Amino acid sequence: MDKSVIIIGAGAAGCEAAYRLAEAGITVELVEKENETGGNLNNWHQLFPDRKQAEELRRTLREHLSHPAIRVHRGVMPVRWERTENGGFRVEVNDGALLESDALLVATGFQTFDARRKEEYGYGIYENVVTSVELENFFANRRIATSAGVAPKRIGLIQCVGSRDEKTCNFHCSKVCCITAVKQAIELREMLPDAEILCFYMDMRMFGPGYEEMYREAQEKYRIKFVRGRLSEASENREKQVIVKCEDTLVGKPLRMTLDLMVLMVGMEASESSRSIARTLGLELAPNLFIKTCDPHYAANRTAVEGVFVAGCCTMPMNLTETLHDARSAAMEIRNYLALNHKP
Amino acid sequence: MNNIWGFSISGARVIDYDRNDHRPAEGLSAEVPSSRLCIGCGGCTATCTAGAMTDFNIRKLQMLVKRGENKEAREQLHRCMLCGKCLLVCPRGVDTRRMILALYRLTAQPSL
Amino acid sequence: MYYDPFVLPFTLGMSALLIYLAVTYIRWIRSFPPRDRRTIRKNILSRKTLKAGKEIFMECLVHHKIFRTHPFLGYMHMCFGLGWFLLIVIGKIESVTYHPSWTNPPYYAIFFRFFHPAGADFPGSRVFAFLMDLVLLTILSGLLLAWLKRLYSRLLGMRRTTNHRPFDRLILTTLWLIFPLRFLAESFTAALRGGGGFLTQSAGELLSRFLPVDQLFYPAWWAYSSTLGLFFVLLPFSRYMHIPTEMVYILLKNWGIRQGDTFNAFSRFQLYACSRCGICLDRCQLGSVLNIRDTQPVYFLRKIRHGQDHSTADNNCLLCGRCEEACPVDLRLNALRLTQRPDRSHITKETYAYIPTPVPSLSRTRVAYFAGCMGQLTPGVTRSMCALFDKAGIDYTFIDEQGGICCGRPMLLSGNRGTASVLMAKNKAAIQASGAELLVTSCPICYKTFKENYGLDIPVLHHSEYISRLIEARLLQPRRSDLKTVFHSPCELGRGSGVYAAPKAVLHAVSHLQDTALDDHRSLCCGGSLANTVITPEQRTALAKNTLDTYLAYRPDLLVTACPLCKKTFGKNDTPVPVKDLAEIVAENC
Repeated sequence: MDKSVIIIGAGAAGCEAAYRLAEAGITVELVEKENETGGNLNNWHQLFPDRKQAEELRRTLREHLSHPAIRVHRGVMPVRWERTENGGFRVEVNDGALLESDALLVATGFQTFDARRKEEYGYGIYENVVTSVELENFFANRRIATSAGVAPKRIGLIQCVGSRDEKTCNFHCSKVCCITAVKQAIELREMLPDAEILCFYMDMRMFGPGYEEMYREAQEKYRIKFVRGRLSEASENREKQVIVKCEDTLVGKPLRMTLDLMVLMVGMEASESSRSIARTLGLELAPNLFIKTCDPHYAANRTAVEGVFVAGCCTMPMNLTETLHDARSAAMEIRNYLALNHKP
Repeated sequence: MNNIWGFSISGARVIDYDRNDHRPAEGLSAEVPSSRLCIGCGGCTATCTAGAMTDFNIRKLQMLVKRGENKEAREQLHRCMLCGKCLLVCPRGVDTRRMILALYRLTAQPSL
Repeated sequence: MYYDPFVLPFTLGMSALLIYLAVTYIRWIRSFPPRDRRTIRKNILSRKTLKAGKEIFMECLVHHKIFRTHPFLGYMHMCFGLGWFLLIVIGKIESVTYHPSWTNPPYYAIFFRFFHPAGADFPGSRVFAFLMDLVLLTILSGLLLAWLKRLYSRLLGMRRTTNHRPFDRLILTTLWLIFPLRFLAESFTAALRGGGGFLTQSAGELLSRFLPVDQLFYPAWWAYSSTLGLFFVLLPFSRYMHIPTEMVYILLKNWGIRQGDTFNAFSRFQLYACSRCGICLDRCQLGSVLNIRDTQPVYFLRKIRHGQDHSTADNNCLLCGRCEEACPVDLRLNALRLTQRPDRSHITKETYAYIPTPVPSLSRTRVAYFAGCMGQLTPGVTRSMCALFDKAGIDYTFIDEQGGICCGRPMLLSGNRGTASVLMAKNKAAIQASGAELLVTSCPICYKTFKENYGLDIPVLHHSEYISRLIEARLLQPRRSDLKTVFHSPCELGRGSGVYAAPKAVLHAVSHLQDTALDDHRSLCCGGSLANTVITPEQRTALAKNTLDTYLAYRPDLLVTACPLCKKTFGKNDTPVPVKDLAEIVAENC
């Protein structure tokens, strides 16, 4: 079968789909706007639930891209789109290359919520407020420190920042932050045996395999404390500590607490690239601005535009397991599409 | 049935849902549909100026009404200053100020 | 004695109207509180009456404020107001010139062409005929515009026009018939007897070619008189009650009567002074963005006047003041709306006992900074203010740094005046205990109420005013950044408190401020208004989005506001450019 597919986005979904399609004998043009592949996965240090080094997965995905049927275009963006006569695609990228294919896979992923939009939490204003992404970077560098350069004695992880929040118009649940917080709390404990680590949550959504077990372990083995209450606002004292206000809803009283480091578990939003590609290709967006698929059960990788497929977090928040599944499923959909609709 | 163990559940400690008057709750639900959205995260209470100074707890107050515990709610209700901070904090978009104003009327009858 | 039976409908109608108006107005004014009646007695023989006279001329006749909305619309209203007035005045002078007796009954001047014997010239008769025809023509041109407005209102600068009750449409038709009927009656008369002006004479001669003018002439005068009579009789029950009432309202207003907290006889004057012109309709964002079409002042006041249910409309108002600002009758629409919000205050000594009694500060501080409740949620603003105070070397105290109590205005806006006054007293005590010589606040809501309701003996400044003074005094010397900014004037600061110049001066100093069609009094509401307790949070988001899009169409690098609530409300939406408070930009450039 002499067929080709253009994949936009070389994150986990794009890489995995590219490999599966290549294995099936389909030529893949993989377009990535950054200079390296991997997408958001590059920002992660360890993965839940097995605490595998993210680098291991990155390496596997990267090695797969050396498949001869895959051509990777790094640091480029599509600038012009065209449908060809036989229903295929012609895409011009900004380094001048002209790519042609029989199908298109959008795998533009997600972006994390800009925590500055929750002004009352003080990100970008207070010194010791960081995001979960920055914390991963701390882990990678093996150093957890406050702005003053000392090890924090009390750390709070704040759930649902930019998720499940009418105030930022992000009504959806980002799904992975709960378990990420548990994982990060455990990692923090391993690096700071004496620190007090608290997790502020509205609901703990431990939906995946091994998640609930990890939550139990966090409580019992790692002595992580869980406070059921949403942070309303934070302030900063002269020592540059962060004072948080929430209601301890299980006690039924407002609670004030001084933290040395506050970590905001930023949610997932449809990436800017997803939105602009959806506009260009005429793909419908869901109310949460992720790309709408044809059917959530049976056509989760298809879109209303024939020949355009979607995979990964450009359609909804997913964890890595689901993203990789979804990429394989998209690859299979595309194979079927090419086999059925494009007989030579 | 005879209470063979010699003690029973203390009436004062239990929400007697069957007997409680649910009219204020129904009124609240009808007049302020967004009040149904509360998931009890406590953001409102955390930010509440009154809540920091006294045991006024808006989250608990509306929950009490929803369970028919109107008397307790009515006693607390008027401590609210209506400043609207809770409105700006609520992640579910509950119209908290409208809820308080509706409860002024809905819990006003002394028979409750 | 000039008399003909056809004058009866007019004379009876007018007499009935005058008696009704006199009785009604006297009854209302007598129900004024003694204090207001004293105010009237004190000012009735003062220059204020002259000022009112000028305003009556400018607003009731010229309709000068409507010209601001649209020139055609202003012209149309002026045709009816000033035109009809001139028709009466010039007609009276004309009739008196011909028959110099002031005791002639009013109908004599109105139907002068009928009574004026054929061909009898008198000094200036041709000039009068010309003038009267010119005025009539002007009114008829206004009528044409009024018809066009019904068909295509955008031509006159209105997207929407008032949806009138059937009864008002009936009397509208009556009004519209008056002038064409006069035109016909006079034309027919001119055709028979001569003596008409350029319009009626030539029209009469033209019509006489194919109409039995001699048979139509007398019925036309009957029709004209009857229409006038009918209009006068219907007037008190229609929106045209605004014609006499607006004049009395202007007098009362100039004499110093103010709309208080409660709905009283003065409110009633305002209610009847509303002409239902519908200019408020386009101004209301609840209508233009959310398609809520029954809460605008024209409908709200109509519901009160005709005893219909207005409980939703009472609360479904942002009190942004956009309608009030545009109202050609200058009605106190926000205050009127507030009178309809019931005071359900239910407070005892215990209710607010939890608010601590302030301890007088021992050290005197020059400036007290009050961020306000919403300021607690915008640390970017409060920290910028603290940085600016430090930079300028000001001795200040951040009095609600650890959280303060509410200023009471949100409570006031909900109608609960009793409760609000308790909160205000508590807060006032705290401000006084701080020993400050100046109060600076970041929140326009607090600002307005500090100034209007607190009766503080120290000056109150909004932070935009304060920063402006610091820059003037060169205590702050910010750089002028290259950023292109657009300023959103918050409702409570701009229209609410009249602070327009200071924020703009500050923004000119630190950025390249763009002029927009939404500057000053024309600014939009962000949708966050605490005054509205009806719209849903989703509707607020939609309002904020619409307002943002309107401002961002000017492609600024930064949208600037000066209110923490506006900032938070805008912040619900993900914007392509940042939304910042004025204080933040100054702090960034210091």
